[in-house]
Amino acid sequence: MIELFRDPGFNFIGRRRWAYLISVLFILAGIGSMVAKGGLRYGIDFSGGTLIQVRFEKPVAVDRIRHALETVQMGESVIQEFGDDREYLLRLPLAQLSSEEVTRRTQEALAKDPELGKHEIRRVEFVGPQVGRDLQIQAIYAVLWSMAGILVYIAIRFDLLGGLASIAAIIHDVLVCLSAMSLTNREMSLAILAALLTIIGYSVNDTIVAYDRVRENRAKGARRKGEPFETQINNAINQTLSRTVLTALTVFFTTAVLYLFGGKVLEDMAFVLCIGVVTGTYSTIYIAGSLIVDWAGWRDRWVGKRKKVVAKA
Amino acid sequence: MPRHLGVRIALVVIVVAVSIWYLYPPAKTINLGLDLQGGIHLVLGVDVDKAVEAQVERAGDTARAELEKRGIGVTRVERRGTAELTIQLASPQSWDAAVKTIDEVLPVFDRKEADQAAGRLGLALKPREVANIRDLAVRQGLETIRNRVDQFGVAEPSIQQQGENRILVQLPGVQDPARAKALIGKTALLEFKLVDERVDPETALRTGPPPGTEILYQRRVDKQTREERKVPFLVQKKAPITGRDVATARVSIDQNTSEPYVSVDFNAAGARAFSELTDANVGKRLAIVLDGNVHSAPQIRERIPSGRAQITGGFSTDEATDLAIVLRAGALPAPVQVLEERTVGPSLGADSIRQGIIAILASTALVFLFMLVYYRLSGLVADVALGLNLLLLMATMAGFHATLTLPGIAGIALTIGMAVDTNILIFERIREELRAGKTVRGAIDAGFARAFKTVIDTHVTVLVSGLILFQFGTGPVKGFAVTLMIGIAASLFTAVFFTRLIFDLIYMGQRKRETLSI
Repeated sequence: MIELFRDPGFNFIGRRRWAYLISVLFILAGIGSMVAKGGLRYGIDFSGGTLIQVRFEKPVAVDRIRHALETVQMGESVIQEFGDDREYLLRLPLAQLSSEEVTRRTQEALAKDPELGKHEIRRVEFVGPQVGRDLQIQAIYAVLWSMAGILVYIAIRFDLLGGLASIAAIIHDVLVCLSAMSLTNREMSLAILAALLTIIGYSVNDTIVAYDRVRENRAKGARRKGEPFETQINNAINQTLSRTVLTALTVFFTTAVLYLFGGKVLEDMAFVLCIGVVTGTYSTIYIAGSLIVDWAGWRDRWVGKRKKVVAKA
Repeated sequence: MPRHLGVRIALVVIVVAVSIWYLYPPAKTINLGLDLQGGIHLVLGVDVDKAVEAQVERAGDTARAELEKRGIGVTRVERRGTAELTIQLASPQSWDAAVKTIDEVLPVFDRKEADQAAGRLGLALKPREVANIRDLAVRQGLETIRNRVDQFGVAEPSIQQQGENRILVQLPGVQDPARAKALIGKTALLEFKLVDERVDPETALRTGPPPGTEILYQRRVDKQTREERKVPFLVQKKAPITGRDVATARVSIDQNTSEPYVSVDFNAAGARAFSELTDANVGKRLAIVLDGNVHSAPQIRERIPSGRAQITGGFSTDEATDLAIVLRAGALPAPVQVLEERTVGPSLGADSIRQGIIAILASTALVFLFMLVYYRLSGLVADVALGLNLLLLMATMAGFHATLTLPGIAGIALTIGMAVDTNILIFERIREELRAGKTVRGAIDAGFARAFKTVIDTHVTVLVSGLILFQFGTGPVKGFAVTLMIGIAASLFTAVFFTRLIFDLIYMGQRKRETLSI
C-alpha cells in the first residue's frame, strides 16, 4: 500500500506566523507589480477594444508587423507573439473605428506588405465599451455572490467563525492568483474569471474536510480531554492531510496537462487553475486553519475580559 | 448479502444504455460552440430611439399634410428630442381648428405645451406608445435579420433577443465574416429621391442646402488607384418611393458591361407611384439612395410604367447578391450597432478541438494511472467510475442540447480531476477505518457512510460557484460552467453509487476476507 503520509505529526499551526509572512510577502509582491504596471491588466472582455489573431505562412518579426500597421495609422496596436513566431495577437484599444474598419484596415495593411507573406485571420474579437462595462460589473457581482453563497453554507453547516475563516482563505487564494497573473503579465479575461470562480468553489473543499474532522474528533471527546483548540485543529489537519494533498494532486495533474497541451487560448485559464489548486491547499492549512485558531483565541480573550468586567460590576 | 443489489445493477445498466442511446453518434449529438467549429458571434444593439424619432417625424408629416389640406397654415413642424413635436401655426386665428385636427390625426400624442397667442403647440408621444415602438423595433429587427440570414444560407443560425434592445446572432461555420456582418448590420433603407439641380452642390455645401433639400454623397472608387472619392448631390429630402414599395429584388448581369446590377420590382402601389414620378419629372435625375449613400443618379428619360428599376453602381457579384437579399428582406426599423463580436476561423477551431482532445486524453491517462497505482484494485474501480462519469457528462450534454465550447473542454478536464476526489475521500476513509481495526466489510460500510456527508459538502460549494458562473457567463464561459456542473453532479452517481455497487459485488459473500486492495 502506497501512503503519502503515514500518521503525519507536522506542527502546522505552530508555524502559522511564518506562513502568514510568506502569504503577505507574495501578495505584496503581486500588488507591487500591479501598481508598477498601472493596475491589473484587463483583456478586451473588460476593457473593450478589438483583438485580432493572425497567422502568417512563415515566421515574421514584430517590427515588420508594426511597420505595416503604421501605414494605416494603427501603429499603436499592441502586438504580441502567440504560441510561435508565425502567430500574433494584435490588440487595439477602443477608438472611433468600428470593428469592421479595424479588421479591414489590418488585412489591407498586412496584405500590402510583401515581406509578410500570406496570412490568415484566425480570430476577431470586438467588445464595445458598453458591453465591457457591463461585464466588469457583473464579474464583481459574480465573485461576491459566490463568496456570499459559500459563507452562508459554511456558517450553516459549521459556524460563523469557520465561515469567515473560509472566506478569508478564499480571498487569500484569489489575491494570490491575481498576484501570480500580474507577476507573469497575464490579462484578466472572462476565462480567467471562470477559473477564479472555480477556485473559489473548489479551494474551500479541503477546508470543509478539515473542519468536519474537528467536529468528529470533538464528538469522540477531544474536548473533554482538555485539548486546546490549536491542537484540535492541528490534529484534524494532519489526519486529513493525505486526502487534502491527494485530491489537490489529481486536480493539479489535469490543470497542468491543460496548461501544457490545452493550447494557447486556454493557457492563461489553465495557469490560474494550477496556481489556484496549489494555493487552495496551502490556504486550507495556513489560512482557514490558522486564522480560526487566532480568531477563536481573540474571541475567548475578549469574552473573558467582558466576563471579568461583568463580575466586577 | 448487500441490499437491493438487483435494483441497483438494473439502474446502472439503464443509465448506461440511455446515455449511449442519447450520445450515439457523438459527431451528430454533441453541439460544438462557435469557438470550436468556427463562426460568428455578434451582439447587436438596436438603436430603438431612432425608430421612435422616425415615427415622430412621420406623425409630424401626417399632421402637417392634414392641416394644410384643411386650409390651416403651418410654418414649421419640428421634432424635438426623441419623442416630442412642435407645431408652429401660421396664425393664431386657426388655433381651435388646428387643435381639433391634431387631436384627430395624432391620438397617440399628449399635449405638452399650448401657447395659443403664439400659435405654438408642443406634443409628446405617449410613454406607452414609445415603449411599443421600441419593442416593435427590436422584434421587427430580429425578424428582418432572421430573413436575411435565411436567404444568405447559414446552417443552424441562432438569432435571439438579449435583454431589452440587444440581438444575439450566432452563425456557425461562416467562411466570410465581413460579408455576413455587412449583410446583417446594414439598415438597408432604400429611398428614391429627386436630385435638385437648381443649385450647384458645391454652392449648397458652402451656403447650406435650401429648405426641403439635403446633401448626400456618392462614393466613387477609382478602379486603378483604388482611391475613394466622395461626390456630393443635392437632393430633395422627401422620398416619394422607398424600400417599403419593393415587392422583390434580384441580381442581373448587364449584357454590355457584364457588370452585375440589382433589379427591383415594385408592388402595385410602388409601381403606380414610380410611374407618376417618372412621368412628372422627365429630364430630371433620380438619386437611388441606400442608407444615406447615393448609389447612382440616372436621368429620367421617359415615364417608366413597368414598375421596375435598376440599381447599378459598380457592384461585385457578392455585393449585388447581398443587396438583393436585404432589399427582399426589408429594411431594419432602426439602425443596429455591433456591441460585441467574436469571430473564430475554422482552422483555429480545428486546432482547438485537437488540442482539447489531447488535453482530455492526457489528463484522463494521468489520473487513471495515478489511481491505479495508488489504490490498486479500488483505484481501478474508481477509474471505471471515471469513465462512466465522462459518458454521463457527454450524454447529458447531448440530451440537453448543451453546447461544448473550448472552456467547456477545460471544464471536462477539470471534472476528471475532481470526480476522482470523491473516490479519494471515500478510499482514504476506508483505509483509516481499516487501520482502526475494522473488518473489511465494516470499513467499507463506514468509509462510504462517513465520507458521504463531506462529499455532499464539497459538491455543494463547487455547484454554487458553477451556478453563479452560468448565470453570469456568456457563450464560451457558460459552456465551462455547464460541463463542470454536469460532471460534478454525475460524480455523485458514478463515484458514490456506482463505486459502492462494484465494491459490494466484489466483496459479496467474502465475509471473512481480511485484506482489501486499496
